[in-house]
Amino acid sequence: MIQSDLFGKLTLSAFKHNAIEMGASISMVLMVIAAVTFLTYKKLWKWLFTEWLCSLDPKKIGVMYLFVAGLMLLKGLIDAAMLRAQQVLSVGDSYGYLSEGHFQQIFTAHGTLMIFFVGMGIIFTLFNLVVPLQIGARDVAFPFLNAVSFWLFFAGFLLLNTSLMIGEFSEAGWVGYSPLTESKYNPGVGVDYWIWSIQIAGIGSLLSGVNFFVTIIRMRCPGMTFMKMPIFVWTVLATTVLILFAFPILTVTLGLLSFDRMFDTHFFTTGSGGNPMMYVNLFWAWGHPEVYILILPAFGIFSEVVPVFSQKKLFGYTSMVWAIAAITVLSFIVWLHHFFTMGASPNVNAFFGAMTMLIAIPTGVKIFNWLFTMLRGRIRLTTPMLWFLGFVGTFTIGGMSGVLLSIAPFDFQAHNSLFLVAHFHNVIIGGVVFGFFAGFTYWFPKFTGFKLNETLGVYAFWCWLIGFCLAFFPLYILGLMGATRRLSHYDAGLGWQPYFIIAAVGVVVIFAGFGFQVLQILYSIKDRKNNLDTSGDPWNGRTLEWSIASPPPLYNFAIEPNVDSIDAFYEMKQKGDLNKHPHYEDIHMPKDSPVGFLVGALMFTFGFAIIWQIIWLVLISFIATVALVIKHLCYDDTEYTITASELEKTESKRNT
Amino acid sequence: MTDIEHGSFKSYVLGFTLCILLTLVAYFIVVKNLMTGLMLNISLFILGFSQAWVQLVLFLHLGKESKSRSNLLIFLFMVLILAIIFIGSLWIMFSLNSRVMPKM
Amino acid sequence: MTTDHLKHETENYNKTVFGFWVYLMTDCLLFGTLFVTYFVLQHSTFGGPSGKEIFSLPFILTETVVLLLSSFTCGISGISVNHHDKGRVIGLYLITFLLGATFVGMELYEFTELVKEGYSWKRSAFLSSYFTLVATHGFHVSMGLIWIAVMIFQIYFKGLTWIVHKRLTCLRLFWHFLDVVWIFIFTFVYLMGAS
Repeated sequence: MIQSDLFGKLTLSAFKHNAIEMGASISMVLMVIAAVTFLTYKKLWKWLFTEWLCSLDPKKIGVMYLFVAGLMLLKGLIDAAMLRAQQVLSVGDSYGYLSEGHFQQIFTAHGTLMIFFVGMGIIFTLFNLVVPLQIGARDVAFPFLNAVSFWLFFAGFLLLNTSLMIGEFSEAGWVGYSPLTESKYNPGVGVDYWIWSIQIAGIGSLLSGVNFFVTIIRMRCPGMTFMKMPIFVWTVLATTVLILFAFPILTVTLGLLSFDRMFDTHFFTTGSGGNPMMYVNLFWAWGHPEVYILILPAFGIFSEVVPVFSQKKLFGYTSMVWAIAAITVLSFIVWLHHFFTMGASPNVNAFFGAMTMLIAIPTGVKIFNWLFTMLRGRIRLTTPMLWFLGFVGTFTIGGMSGVLLSIAPFDFQAHNSLFLVAHFHNVIIGGVVFGFFAGFTYWFPKFTGFKLNETLGVYAFWCWLIGFCLAFFPLYILGLMGATRRLSHYDAGLGWQPYFIIAAVGVVVIFAGFGFQVLQILYSIKDRKNNLDTSGDPWNGRTLEWSIASPPPLYNFAIEPNVDSIDAFYEMKQKGDLNKHPHYEDIHMPKDSPVGFLVGALMFTFGFAIIWQIIWLVLISFIATVALVIKHLCYDDTEYTITASELEKTESKRNT
Repeated sequence: MTDIEHGSFKSYVLGFTLCILLTLVAYFIVVKNLMTGLMLNISLFILGFSQAWVQLVLFLHLGKESKSRSNLLIFLFMVLILAIIFIGSLWIMFSLNSRVMPKM
Repeated sequence: MTTDHLKHETENYNKTVFGFWVYLMTDCLLFGTLFVTYFVLQHSTFGGPSGKEIFSLPFILTETVVLLLSSFTCGISGISVNHHDKGRVIGLYLITFLLGATFVGMELYEFTELVKEGYSWKRSAFLSSYFTLVATHGFHVSMGLIWIAVMIFQIYFKGLTWIVHKRLTCLRLFWHFLDVVWIFIFTFVYLMGAS
């Protein structure tokens, strides 16, 4: 049913919360007030607007993605700590400190924000920062679209965080199965917040998929054929293919669910012919490619880091490419393994189980290739290498638990148990998160001009690794003992509590790791004069991003590079082939624009309005968005030129 | 030069005529009850996909690019993924519906 | 126009048109998902009407021919763009617009008649999926109509510049794509449903 008052369903009761939610909301508001005060005091509003909000520079957009992902990582870790604390305390006669509903909201928020805002956030960070540099390009294919994508992502982030203060979030898990998410069982705004924050962010992701796909296909520098691209770029290309063909499925699925809720359609309802199982099928048809979207860039990062810190060429470039291609195609053919137990026939389960097992093979090929790269290399055990070694251990275990789960009879025992929870955290933390941390440390000097402090990085690594093991290996055991996921209370005498306690200790250690990372960044900024990267190439790198200054100029490359091999920059260094007498030409750069930011603001408003059924605001924000986009797309004057002489002046100043 | 060259007037007229024909044939098969069951479904299937192919080639000039046939390649890949999702979902849902849904 | 400028414009043109084609491929997945949902739910009429009872084939045939004709007029406008014939391009787009608007109008009529009889999207899963699939296509066509209107203004005021040419090519791809999707709706929803 749709309301039509001035404020729709929004009343003062939306602001009423329990003590913990109040505390969290107030902290968030205080943080925002602190930021606003700081900006006002330092008179930085104009800087914020012109340098960041209007920027079309992927290097800036990448940093903004990182900022959002970092905040959400903190929130997600706090959620995790709260969940673990509850599960330690809530045994037998005690029911812990969280109500069931609140507990459910927390694990829903935890999953949703970790996947959509931390996971997707960190991969878009690296796409924006690294891809143009690695292919010798000055920008992405569609700079304006890139900004729109980010601001849509930001709108989704804002919506999710608004749910903490105004109204509530979904309690139906990050997957939001029907019929629980239908209006009959969840008439409140929680599920709507969930739907629209990920729907809007998802559109941003889809547009980024288009953008980076075209960028890699069309904007590689002369000489860089497909088989000469860095492997990281290959993984990004594969990831964009996954995004292109998976995200529309999510858009439709969430759309149909929202139609069920708003317009009384019957796609996934339990009456009038609806089919809740279809929701599960469609959700995972997106959901499985999604997890490969998260992991492939991490594989790509390791393919960059391992050769550089083994001081040896990557082993098996061609087989790596084929492995990536195989993983891409296979990831579309396995999705049923997320619902083996829903009741399909043994033939169906067997087929998808077999396909799932197959995917382990190209993954294994990649791991062997990295290890063979290290063999007989001259290893430098820097933090990125440590993260890689941590990954090899943990991800392999997680992958093996995945192969176990791919066996349907075993899955019938382990489905939705803590064994499953341990498996996916194992591969996501061991793979995606460790991979990102390796990439973050590796590429940090390129964008800031100074390295991160090694010692603090090592401490962070060990805390994360040990913390992860403590937090999740007990869960494997608990799962095999029969503990299901999402339990807010369990009986005494099961012998589960000790394991939950160890897991809780693990979260504390992970927090320490996160703390070391924050400390590392702050300390490195303070100490930067001692860690300067003056050459642009602090690691003796192999790929093109290391051939330019740190941080790079706005236009990345003053002269478009010309390559003729894999590891182009390394080869150039070997041949002594570095541009001694550059010949400059005019270059075209996109003009910055506030429209991306405005679209994000309008879509946030749209999302908020549609959640609270404030119809007039829905219409206005939607029409305004369409009008604004049309107006911008009619605009022809979107570029400006940096002349050859200006370029020469800037470059010579830089070199003196 | 641009990748996608425009078709000639003749190709559009040919495309349009073929599409009208294919549409009318399919329409009359159904309206006049000329076939039923599996034969009907197969005929409609063939007629529909043929018309789609005519439009893809004669209106959208698919595969007629001057260099690197990226348009064609990504189209084919899309068709592959769509087929997987389609056939997979139908197989799965059919299996689920027959085994899980109550007999009404 | 210098050769460097021309090269830059051509690259821009090719890049944008390719990017738009890639977006259309994602839209195929979007429609594909709606189609598969329709196929799964098409027999879930829950006591309500099935396709046979509500589809009026002559009406749909008319819609189909109208849309096909609009795809034709839109297609040949590309030839006139190449010949820099501003007037003819505008004329053909006006015809395309009118045909497209007729299509949308007919579809809206079909929907309102169904709702009046009590056969709205709320009645059954079949009707939900039917309305959503067809209306999503109709929504795309409506967006296309807005685009055509905007382009007519651009052609009139700016002439057939490279940028306008680029946008018209994307529009043509979009419009043709919508007719291809319609073939599948016509065949697999209407014809199969009515037989």
